[in-house]
Amino acid sequence: MVKKALNTVYTMWLREMLRFWRSKSRIIGALATPLFFLIILGAGFSSSFQMQGGGAFNKSYLAPGLIGMSVLFASLMGGVSIIWDREFGFLKEILIAPVSRFFVALGKAVGGVTTAMIQGVLIMIIAWLIGVQYVSIWGVLASIIIMFISGIGFIGLGIALASRIESHEGFQMVMSFLTMPLVLLSGAFFPISNLPAWLSALVYANPLTYGVEALRYCLLGGSAIPIFLSITVLVLFALVMTAIGGKMFGKMRV
Amino acid sequence: MIIDKVIGEGFGNSSIIFQINKKTIMLYAIETSGITKQFDDITAVNKVSISVKPGELFGLLGPNGAGKTTLINMLSTMTDPSGGSAAVWGFDVVKNADMVRQSIGVVFQDTTLDDRLTGRENLDLHGRLYGLDGKTRKKRIEEVLSLVELTDRADALVKTYSGGMMRRLEIARGLMHHPHVLFLDEPTLGLDPQTRIHIWEYIKTLNKEEGVTIMLTTHYMEEADHLCDRIAIIDHGEIVALDSPEAMKNSLGGDVITLELEKPGDIAGLCSAYQKNGCANIVSQKNNEVFITVRDGERQIPHVLALASNAGIPIISVSLRKPTLDDVFLHHTGKAIRDKEAGEVERVGYIIRSRRK
Repeated sequence: MVKKALNTVYTMWLREMLRFWRSKSRIIGALATPLFFLIILGAGFSSSFQMQGGGAFNKSYLAPGLIGMSVLFASLMGGVSIIWDREFGFLKEILIAPVSRFFVALGKAVGGVTTAMIQGVLIMIIAWLIGVQYVSIWGVLASIIIMFISGIGFIGLGIALASRIESHEGFQMVMSFLTMPLVLLSGAFFPISNLPAWLSALVYANPLTYGVEALRYCLLGGSAIPIFLSITVLVLFALVMTAIGGKMFGKMRV
Repeated sequence: MIIDKVIGEGFGNSSIIFQINKKTIMLYAIETSGITKQFDDITAVNKVSISVKPGELFGLLGPNGAGKTTLINMLSTMTDPSGGSAAVWGFDVVKNADMVRQSIGVVFQDTTLDDRLTGRENLDLHGRLYGLDGKTRKKRIEEVLSLVELTDRADALVKTYSGGMMRRLEIARGLMHHPHVLFLDEPTLGLDPQTRIHIWEYIKTLNKEEGVTIMLTTHYMEEADHLCDRIAIIDHGEIVALDSPEAMKNSLGGDVITLELEKPGDIAGLCSAYQKNGCANIVSQKNNEVFITVRDGERQIPHVLALASNAGIPIISVSLRKPTLDDVFLHHTGKAIRDKEAGEVERVGYIIRSRRK
């Protein structure tokens, strides 16, 4: 039983890895956006703005936010790619196999989160190469775990959405109405401690905020939200989304 | 004969798997009993009862929308039936869906390959999903690849394959896990005639050499005729005839005389004239043509023509041939399968393929 479940998860993971390896050019494209933000916004902000209390507002401050952003993009994409599997028929091949749908969804999620983590780590390394300072190697390792937990949450969300969206036109709409607000309302680009009440409420309701804050804590050594609160919210988000995504995928019709 | 133990679930009095002297015997690889599928206001499949023996090559023949695919979807556990029941390889398709899935291979009408992966990778993933270990997978991949003659293209990405190669790869994949029953939904849809004949050869080989029970759907008469041991003609969700192609053609009773009339309006009068005189076994019609099935056709032509001229109905042409499944289909459903279906279906196949590019 356990062996069969693990085997299903591994098979689905393996497929995602094979596809990831085949689409190297797409990965370079996916890395470009956050890196442009990091370099251009980092230089622009630091020349004009200062943090409250006098700290520099520069690329180091932005780096965790942009790692969070690329994890969000990659993992939502990983979940929503089920729409393509349905469009091109491969989903039928999976659904007809004598395996549990829940573990199929889980394998898809683990595969997607692996690609998200690879992208996040690549951004982290490139940021380091262009001068972003991290507090410790332990912080860097801890941040990879944070990427994993938040990635799982967003993939669950992606799978749940994909199970309900009928077409890839719908997918385009979801991506623009979901990703941009999530990124802008996450504190990736600005400190969240002194915001107006309406904005603050939205920012605190956004799961990505806790991902970005946790990354900031691990990589830079300080955050506006206590690390334990961030981790608790992220773990709950991941569990709830996995459950919802797995359930919705189980009900999905081809 | 003493039955030691009943293994599988059957229907009514007949259990389909039992043991006699410790030897397992299965009467039917596929057995359905009044299986029905209702979609909102359409009954796609209506109380279909069929039994397919192990090792049989069974065909479902019917126009598009007749319910063939829905029937296959129910038997392969993709759709739940709304009524009746079905067992595949002794397992109930609803209660024991997992065991059914392990026992069958399915090749769907549309491609279900991952075109970003190579042929070999597609086969490997399939083997993993069905729980084959590494050594078995490797060996089996070579076997099925050589069966469909794709060995030299195995490491190319599937998106570089032609339509026929994709279909062959899908058949190979459906066989990876040694299924007892293979479902093929329109296996040659949208393929050119040469590739079609090639695929027929593979299907025959599988059935004969690997002993796989095969159920295929088709709307190509010659495909059903050439391949199948038995055929069920399905129309509007119901089985209208079920027999071997030979028996079906013979049941029409001899040769077919086709008369082309000058005025389509004369058809009714001509039909009744023939039926009154009792010379024709079966009379059916299409546009301005009348089909008459007679024994000893060559000797009947003068008589048939004489009856027409007595009735004052002008005839443009007359021809004589052996009956085909087309005539069988026309006889049972009152319409020709080719009239509108083929063109449309082939266009759909083309759209699906062109979207992949």
